[in-house]
Parts: sequence; C-alpha cells; structure tokens
Amino acid sequence: MKNYDHLIFEISVPGRVGFTLPNSEISGYNLSSLDASLLRKEVPALPEVSELDVIRHYTNISHKNFGVETGFYPLGSCTMKYNPKINEEIAAMKAFNSIHPLQKASDTQGILRIYYELQSMLSEISGLHSYTLNPFAGAHGELTGLMIMKEYHLQRGDFKRTKVIVPDSAHGTNPASATICGFDIIEIESTPEGTVDLEQLKAALSDEVAGMMLTNPNTLGIFEKDIIEISRLVHEAGGLMYYDGANLNALLGIVRPGDMGFDIMHINLHKTFSTPHGGGGPGSGPVGVKEFLVPYLPNPQINKLDNHYFLDWNKDSIGSVSGFYGNFKVWLRAYVYIMTLGKENLRQVGCLSTLNANYVRVHLEEEFNLPIKGFSMHECVFDGLKDQSTGVTTLDVAKRLLDYGVHAPTIYFPLLFHQSIMIEPTETESKQTLDSFIEVMKKVAKEAITDPQMMKLAPHTTPISRIDEVYAAKKMILTYKDYLKENQ
Amino acid sequence: MFKYFPHTEADLTQMKQSLGIKNTERMFQVIPSAVRFNQDYNIPSSLSEIELRKHMEELGKLNQSKMIFSGLGAYDHYEPSVINHIVSRQEFLTSYTPYQPEISQGTLTYIFEYQSMISSLTGMDVSNASMYDGPTATAEAMFMAEAITKRKKILVSDTVNPNIMSVVKTYAKYKGLEVDILISKDGSANIESLKNKLDDTIAGVIVQRPNFFGIIENYDGFSKLIHDNDSVFIINGDISALGVIKTPGEEDADIACGDCQSLGMPVAFGGPYLGYLTTKKQHVRKMPGRICGQSFDRNHVRSFVLTLQAREQHIRREKANSNICSNQSLLALYATVYLSLMGPKGLKQVNELSYTGAHYLYDQLIATGKFKPVFNKPFLKEFVLHTHLNVEMIQKHLSDHGIFGAVNLGDFDEKYQNVVNFCVTEKRSKAEINHLVSLLGGLS
Repeated sequence: MKNYDHLIFEISVPGRVGFTLPNSEISGYNLSSLDASLLRKEVPALPEVSELDVIRHYTNISHKNFGVETGFYPLGSCTMKYNPKINEEIAAMKAFNSIHPLQKASDTQGILRIYYELQSMLSEISGLHSYTLNPFAGAHGELTGLMIMKEYHLQRGDFKRTKVIVPDSAHGTNPASATICGFDIIEIESTPEGTVDLEQLKAALSDEVAGMMLTNPNTLGIFEKDIIEISRLVHEAGGLMYYDGANLNALLGIVRPGDMGFDIMHINLHKTFSTPHGGGGPGSGPVGVKEFLVPYLPNPQINKLDNHYFLDWNKDSIGSVSGFYGNFKVWLRAYVYIMTLGKENLRQVGCLSTLNANYVRVHLEEEFNLPIKGFSMHECVFDGLKDQSTGVTTLDVAKRLLDYGVHAPTIYFPLLFHQSIMIEPTETESKQTLDSFIEVMKKVAKEAITDPQMMKLAPHTTPISRIDEVYAAKKMILTYKDYLKENQ
Repeated sequence: MFKYFPHTEADLTQMKQSLGIKNTERMFQVIPSAVRFNQDYNIPSSLSEIELRKHMEELGKLNQSKMIFSGLGAYDHYEPSVINHIVSRQEFLTSYTPYQPEISQGTLTYIFEYQSMISSLTGMDVSNASMYDGPTATAEAMFMAEAITKRKKILVSDTVNPNIMSVVKTYAKYKGLEVDILISKDGSANIESLKNKLDDTIAGVIVQRPNFFGIIENYDGFSKLIHDNDSVFIINGDISALGVIKTPGEEDADIACGDCQSLGMPVAFGGPYLGYLTTKKQHVRKMPGRICGQSFDRNHVRSFVLTLQAREQHIRREKANSNICSNQSLLALYATVYLSLMGPKGLKQVNELSYTGAHYLYDQLIATGKFKPVFNKPFLKEFVLHTHLNVEMIQKHLSDHGIFGAVNLGDFDEKYQNVVNFCVTEKRSKAEINHLVSLLGGLS
C-alpha cells in the first residue's frame, strides 16, 4: 500500500456495500408510489465499497497529513497547541451526542449549564459581561460582533455611522466581515514599528465611524502599547472598540480585553481553548460584550433563574445567526479544557507562550531579518532570510522545513513585509522541541546559500512535491466527474 | 508544573538567560500597568482527570436522552461505527486548513471526494466544504444571488423552516438586503404567488424541499419564470433526502444549499453540523469558502490543492464576496465516509425505510382520531398533523415514556398552534412506532 494514491471512486466495484440496515417490518408502503416527477432520475455517483475498503482508504490517505501529534506546528496566528485527549472522550459521551436541539430545557439542563458557565468563565477571562456561544467560527464571531455594533448605533437613532476602522495589519476576515455587515472600511496604515498610528487614527475618526476592529497583540505579535489612548479616542468619537480574539492566547494571565477598553470581542475556541482544528473546522467563535450591549446578543440567549437554565429570546437582539446554539461539541471541549487548567494554570498560558516565541526569536535573529526589534508576544514575525543573495525565498524555506518533519510557519502574512514568516510555538511545546526547530531553521538558512537549487525544488521527502497551482486554477477540475471528463 | 506545560524550572531559567532577563515580567513591560491583570481569574480551580470525569458525568446525567420522533432540521439517522474511528485520527482531527498541500493530501483528497459526492447528490457542478450549517449556507446563497444579479431583494417561501428564515433575515438586514415573503398555498410554494412577486428587483428566490412541513414541493414552471426574470433559483433541502428526490440540478436551480447533518453526524444539541453549497460552474467565482481542485506535482503525480483563492478574504479583504475562513473539513469527512459506506443503495434504503415508517405512523395516528391531516401533500420522513389535544400534555406524556416528539410548530410561529411535527428514520422499528401510537391513542 506504499504510495497509495487512489480516490474512493477508483476502488469502487459495483455490487459492493459497506452498510447493514434492518429489513422493513412494515408492508403496504413504498417510496416509489411518490409521483415520479418528484423523484431523482440519475443514480447519485457514490462509491460502492466494503467496510474494510473504506477504513483502509481513509487510513492510507491520513498518512499523507501532518497533525499536531505528528510534530511541531508553529503556524502563526493559528495557535496549534496540543488538543487534549480527555476533551475528545467527553465530547463523545452519549449524554451529549444523543440530545435533539429542540428538546425541552428540562431535558437539557446539563448542556445549558455548561453553556451558561462557559460564557461566564469567558466573561471573567476577557473582562466582559456576557457571551453568546452561538457563532460557529472566528469570522462568524466577527460578523456577529459587528452586527451588535451596528444595532447599538441604530437603536440609539444614530444612522450616520456607516464606517469601520481596520488597521492594514489586520486579518483578512476583519475587512471582509465588515463589508458583509454592510459597513465601509477605513484602512489605516501601521507605524514602522507595526502598531496603530495615532495621528492616522485621529484623522480617520468622525461621527460616521461605528467603531474600530483591532487585534492585540497585533498580527506582528506586537502589543499595542497605546491601547488605552486608542480606546479613549475611539470612544470619544462615539465609536465602539471591537477586539479580534485571534491572538488571545498571548494575553491569558496578562491583561483582559475588557480592561483595555474593548466593548465587543470574539474568541476562537479552536485556538486559545485547544479545540481541534479538524483540517479547518469546525471552529467556534463566541462573542462577548460589555453590559450595555447584552440586549443585542444573538437569539437565543441562555439564562438562569433559581438554578434552572432556559432559552431566552430578546426583542432587541440582532436576531439569530445560527440554526441552533452554535457548535455545541466544540464549546463543550473548551469547557473541559478550562476546567482542566483551572485558575492556577490558565494564567500561565500567556507567559509561557510568549516566552517560547521570544526564545525562538532571539535564536534566529542572526539568520533571518527581524523587522521589529524587541520583545514580541506569543508569536514572532521575520521578513525572510537575511542573506537572500541566492534568490531563495520564504516559500522555499517553508517547503524545506517540511523535509525536516516540521510544519511550515505562516508565510506571506502579515502583508506588511514581502517575505513574512510568522512563528507561533504555543505554550505546549518544550524547550527541546524549540531547540530542534531552531537548529533546523539555521540549517535551512545555510542550505539557502550552499544549495539554492535544492531549496528551490524542496520538499523532497513528502508524499508529493510542489504542486502546479496554476494548472488547478486554469483547468478547474473540482469533482471526480470533471476528472473523468479531462482524462477520457 | 502542569501536564500540558512541559517547562521545568531548569528550562525556564535557561530560556530567561537566553533572553537576558531575570523575570518574565520584563517581556510585558510595554503593557500599561493600569490594565495589567495581576490576580487569579475568578474561575474554578484545576480538576484532576478523575474529578473532571466525575464532574462531566454528573452534568451528563442532567440531560435526558430520548427516543427521537421529531426532525425539523436535526435528524436521528444511523451513524455507522466506522465514521467515529476515522474522524478521530489525529492526522485529520488536529491538522489545520491545508495551506501546505505537500503534507495535507489526506485532507485535500477527501475534500475533493466530498465535493464530488455533494455535487452529484445535488445535481450541480461544484461544491465547497466551508459552510457552518444549513441556515448560514442559505444566507451565503443569498449573497451569491446578490453578487450575480446586483439586485438587493430576495424572495423566501414561507414554507422554509423559520430557523433558516431567521438567519437569512439577520444576514440580509445588516448587509442592506430586503427579504420578501413568497406566500404558499396548501403548505407548498405557489407558482401564482411567484408570478406576482417577480420583478427586476428580485435577486433570487429561496425555497425548501422537503419543506418546514415535510412536504416535497412541486417546482414545475419555477425555473423558467425565475430565469426569465434574470433571478437566481435557490433550493434548500436535507441532503439525505436528495438520495431519492428530484435534485436542484434536475429542477434547473442555480444554487443548492442545506444541511449535511443527516449524513452520519449526531444530533448533538445542534452542532457541529455542516452546511452544503453547490452551484453551476459559471458561478464558481461567486462562491464563498475553500474549493479544492486537482493538479499535478513536479513529478507529475496527481495531487490536490486549494484553488480559485482570489475570491477569498485573505486575498481580497474587504472586496471578498464572503468572510468565510473556515473549512468545515472534519464534518465533510463525516459526510464523505458516511456516503462511501452507504453508497447509492444504502442511501436509497435509508430513505425507503424512513418513508415507510413515517407513512405507517401517519396513518396510525390519523386512525387514533386524535390527529387530523393539515395538508394533503406528498412527504418523505417527516410530516405535520393537527391535534385538538393540549400539545404540552402530549409532549409531557411522551417525555415521561422516554420519547421526544410532537414538536409544536406553534413554538416557531403562532399561526401553527396545535400543529405538531413527527419524523421517522430508519432507526425506528415497527414496535417503537406502535408504542408511540399506543401512547398517543390513549390520551384524551
């Protein structure tokens, strides 16, 4: 089975099955008695495979993946920390999986209590008043938070506030979410130090500004030292402060967004609170607000009266943003994680993740360009190799790292630099792992000089080599049907 | 120290030395002291694994698992054992979006398979794997209609599940789109109403099949009317049902969307589920989310890679047509493994068993004299009936016997008071259905 490279459709054999179902004990009814005009004509193109075929296929292709348990995964901005096993065990319990979302509150008191307690712990951790756990992901949280911002201004009868300020260093989702929420964007440039330019901010503020979206530490891993002044200026102009919680990991035990003046924020539970990324999802993006914004939280909200938990619909709410109550089994895992760490350990996370990032930073300064000096927070950003004379780029470095069994850092983001390499080790990595990574990075920097051609062709030991991305975009082979057509 | 933090005292000392600091506080000196958080969070203390497990078991006991006889967007279908084993593999579970295709062919391969299967099930050309759930996928379909037509109004049938409708309305409100309601007749979207409502302001029309009442609506003539008006035809539907009922593609719809929960995902109090969104190839550049395409590597080995990324937020920022960053990969894996196991025959059989059980229950309930038909329309696995009995009392009675069912549509919309939903899947045996009927038949 070495070099297994089939699609499930290619191992399909007509007549094979991978399921068993009970025989019908009821006679006298037949689906084919439905009007033929309501039935599909074409048999769906699904594979016909045995159970072992399925297991072997997916096991084999899983071997071509790299997970947190495979090795070091310093993907900046994504907080690829260890995903504890006990969280998985709890999330698999029947008492949580078998509950229908429309069951009465009397049937779901355990789940509603978890919802309520988690939102209250997140409030404490971030210095806000209340949370909704309904948003499904970070970007979904951003959208929800911006809706709350908009609704707040609308219900005050302030209809002029149609603009949102976003620094140029922000994650792409920030401006995209603001657009989807019907705002215009004012982008402000960062200072050479990578932080908010107060003069630019002042110039951007007006009575048309609904608020500002900010990540702190920002995407360069730098803490916005003027945060108190930034919040004051935005508030003075009548705007609200939105905190993009993508980098919250750095702040655990250090500082709370609510105390810095933020009014609304989202948390990526799949980053800071260790829920598995699942190849890109499901995530969970709870949104927290200060007390004056609580009425606008999405419906339903979960409340408590005399130890009884219940669903609550608020007439001033932005409405609902999800079919039910968000990604329950994701926020369940986050609850388990917080209960495991407790107050004693949760407060260590910011410090240890920051220490790890800075440890990597100081050891790579000789080989890689460090555009912003001084301490970073939980991640550090380099602007490519110091010696770029051989033409080796950040992409080549990233690809070569794969040969050494390390996942590449985030590359070409933030956009402020041409050759960005963004490294986020997280607190769950040991000094030994960091030392090995540093050694590999130094080795790669040397290879860039001694063997640039080899670097250009890297990786060499992965299941496949570099892919022709232009072919994919040009040919648009997006299904097996397209593939068969292309190869007939 | 603590089990998730590997730092020993010696490590800490050496690391601080490398940074030239005595105290880690030094790293945070730029943070204004006025906002530094210097105390313990007011949250519980750390629980050992033994204590934690007990605590979670206690919380688990506060939930009541019931035999499920209702649907309305969350369906109690069979979840083959194999799924959980595959989705628990760390290579799939703990990896991130496949930015480095050389070490992500596992994820990319199954996303390509998922796209193929969902495209075929819906009768469309292309699929993403990035939608959170059915309702938000429907809202994204609305945005696509806006982007395709540059129009600002969306028509939604009043037979669409109110949980979908309310998400669509929330998204529309803040984007500055208008939602107008397509009035139904006898529980189904109505073509006369459609004719009256269509004009050059309508970006798209959203219908659901099977709809909120479980009815398999008839769309004869819809696509022509909608396309003659240069609007976009969007059909929402439970994906499992598309194993047997006429596909959005066969209806000449432009976009298909809905939930994939019925493909092997537990009901799990509403999430995580997976939304699907498929369309025709001509609209692929208006599609939100990640899309995987086939290519070749340097050695001409067939490989897969995320493609057409110029649509997305990380490239286009405020000009992106969606803010979607997620890839609901792990749930797409549930669906892909489920569909691989079931194949065309299994999916059909699931629908046949559900159909048979549901129709048997329908007739038996009418025969009790306690329930009356509301509509005379075809349905698949769920249906609604009117009862003169007190619905709370019915639900309580069922609940006392370990059954969840008879959800009151009046809870969604007052005009449906005493109209209740029942759903039967392949998991319900004849004996279980008979038990339900005898419980309900004995009520007065």
